[in-house]
Amino acid sequence: MKRMIQIFGGALLIYICIVMAIAVIPAIDLSRTPPGPGVVPLTPLQAEGRDVFASNGCGYCHTQQIRPLSEDEVFGRPSAPGDFTYQTPELLGSERTGPDLTNVGATKPSDVWQYIHLFDPRAVVPESIMPNFKFLFRVVDTLPPGTTAVPIPAVFAPPTGKVIPTQKAKALVAYLLSLKQTRIPGYSMNGGMGGATSAAPAGAAASAAASAPAAAGAYSYVASKGEALFTANCSACHQTTGEGIPGAFPPLKGNAAVDNADPTLHIHTVLHGANGVTIGGVKYTSVMPPFADQLNDADIANIINYERSSWGNHARQVTPAEVAAVRAKGQ
Amino acid sequence: MQASVTAHHLAVSPEDDRALASIFTAYTVAATFWLLFATAVGLLLAFKFGAPDFWAEKYLTFGRLRPIHTNDTFYGWASIGLVGVAYYVTVRSCGTKLYSTKLAWIGLALFNIAAIAGTIALDLGYNWGDLEYREWPWPIRLIFLAALIVTGWNLIGTVARRNSEEIYVSNWYIVCGVLWTCVIAIVAILPWYQYGLGQVAISGFNMHNAVGMWFTPLALGIFYYAIPKILSRPIYSYALGVFAFWTNLLFYPLLGGHHFLFSPLPWWLQTTAIVFSVAMLVPVWGGSANYLLTMRGRYRDMTHSYSLMFIFVAVMGYLIGSTQGTVEAFRSMQAIWHLTNFTVGHSHLTMYGFVTFAVWGGIYALLPLATGKSPGRLGIALHFWLALVGSFIYVIALSIGGTVQGLDWLHHLPFIQSVVDMGPYWVWRGAGGSLMFLSHIVFAWNVWRMTSGQTGNAASPILDLDDGAAA
Repeated sequence: MKRMIQIFGGALLIYICIVMAIAVIPAIDLSRTPPGPGVVPLTPLQAEGRDVFASNGCGYCHTQQIRPLSEDEVFGRPSAPGDFTYQTPELLGSERTGPDLTNVGATKPSDVWQYIHLFDPRAVVPESIMPNFKFLFRVVDTLPPGTTAVPIPAVFAPPTGKVIPTQKAKALVAYLLSLKQTRIPGYSMNGGMGGATSAAPAGAAASAAASAPAAAGAYSYVASKGEALFTANCSACHQTTGEGIPGAFPPLKGNAAVDNADPTLHIHTVLHGANGVTIGGVKYTSVMPPFADQLNDADIANIINYERSSWGNHARQVTPAEVAAVRAKGQ
Repeated sequence: MQASVTAHHLAVSPEDDRALASIFTAYTVAATFWLLFATAVGLLLAFKFGAPDFWAEKYLTFGRLRPIHTNDTFYGWASIGLVGVAYYVTVRSCGTKLYSTKLAWIGLALFNIAAIAGTIALDLGYNWGDLEYREWPWPIRLIFLAALIVTGWNLIGTVARRNSEEIYVSNWYIVCGVLWTCVIAIVAILPWYQYGLGQVAISGFNMHNAVGMWFTPLALGIFYYAIPKILSRPIYSYALGVFAFWTNLLFYPLLGGHHFLFSPLPWWLQTTAIVFSVAMLVPVWGGSANYLLTMRGRYRDMTHSYSLMFIFVAVMGYLIGSTQGTVEAFRSMQAIWHLTNFTVGHSHLTMYGFVTFAVWGGIYALLPLATGKSPGRLGIALHFWLALVGSFIYVIALSIGGTVQGLDWLHHLPFIQSVVDMGPYWVWRGAGGSLMFLSHIVFAWNVWRMTSGQTGNAASPILDLDDGAAA
């Protein structure tokens, strides 16, 4: 009996002491981490969406932690302790088969994009291997009053009927759109906009961090750089074909603002985003995010010049100085 | 120690032997069921990487099946399988009879109820926040805890009635493994310190301790009994076994934080985890050397004993998998491998190459002694080679693929490029996984022959002292 107490009891006691020191006591302390500036609890709808997120195991492929490493710059600033104060259950994740979602509400702010992507990820990201979440949607013949159909591209839409999101899909999208990093003085928002199709190329991340005036002096448009920036920041909605998604995201190919000698509206839209605009007689309800804070003048000029010289567009090129001029005027 | 390994049947009636054999059998059969189920799910998951729209319905969606695969391999297959072998090891190494047959049956029922309820809950979407290896809702994890307590009670009761003063080292590992895991289960359930980052700290702890303080000690305890038993010679160094036990206890619990390197967890917690990941080389190399030195000069005998082959692979899996874990824990390596599929390769190298082969080795070495029935030579060989080749393909594919994935990120390629580049490696993973699953079907056939079917032509697991076959 004495030997048993010595070995089993001793080993158990030592283990409990180590567990208290390495796990429980630090956890008590960490549970009291104060929220970072601007970090707020989820609304009831967003919290319901987080439950949908967890119950369908989204966290097994999508992390919510940005490391202070150069390869993570594309997703946003490094995660800070105060970001997680209200994140229970924690959803930091251990695998990144799909992109990190820490800042997805800022990089993909369009609920329409989120709905299309959930209904069939390949409708907006052809190479995606994410499963479809059609079970979060309903197909109806006639729309119930007050609802809007999700504009699924014809190839991916059901043969008949209209697609509307269920309550669970609405909650999930509300949660995803709530995932936005807050600004912390001293932390920089390096890199471009992250997301399903995107990771800014090395040059882009570095140049985004560099200040605009430095680049302004010797600007020359490089098509490959423009294409990489477009892929990282724009193609999820406007598509690599520049044709957009009918009824959801406007085409840039043949777009009156893009293929126009006066670039002011084009520059303004990229800098400040858009919401509820009519293009080519079609009204688009989806939100376009502003890029003024994420990209410098030279990068924005590169994107704009790529769009103005692709898919049959032939508009004159812009310079970072012109971007700076529009930026200076503000919204 | 030799005496305690080979001590037999003091005041043990044939009836006690039969009761032990049926408990060992029942645990093995239940574990085999969970192995087949959980790896069938795993195979489906591997397939979904190439065909994401295949069976994407609510109850078959990837994110619900993935935790079912991991939890059922952990808490269905490996836990039940190891406890079954552990009962046999403890009873025999103590030269006594089981403290309570009834408790063993209750424990088996509780393990299975927990695994069934957990599977159903996860499929219905009751996932406790995607927190790895503790996804089951807490009431279900309480059932698992009850199973552990019943098992621990029964094992301690058995050790208490041992026929020698000394407690054989196998029982140190087995009994303490059960006790430690009770602590893990309780710490993982209690909510008061699990808010935000506090919960992250507990996740890091739970993820690694659920592996290293549960499966590892039970598997090592089984090695300390099965290897001397098969070879009819004592363990190379008993003192080294004891030394590895205490160092494992002191170092292992501290390394869980390495799952969250570069996260907002305090830097000291991360650095502590790295330091003790390196320190783990001491018990890992010490323990592995002890097993390999016990086998010294007898390697040719492996051609006569597949059970020894299984255990040899398990020891190598322990040695290589754990050493790889140490290398992975360095910040410079984590910067490339963290969050990639390399981690999935590592977890299969350890949970499969080490733990699963250890369970198989234990079953093939000891179940025939309990039931008096053997599998067929062809069956056991087929199982061994399918599982070995399959897991080689699996681990190598994901190790290379995960490295490619990490380098893609490092070179700032568009994220989707890392998904595209993984394509071929996921196909190879599926090919390896298919062989592994086939081997499990053969294993189930072998279990049937060792328990209720017609005995096969495989030789007794116990090797002759001479270079012979049967004993």
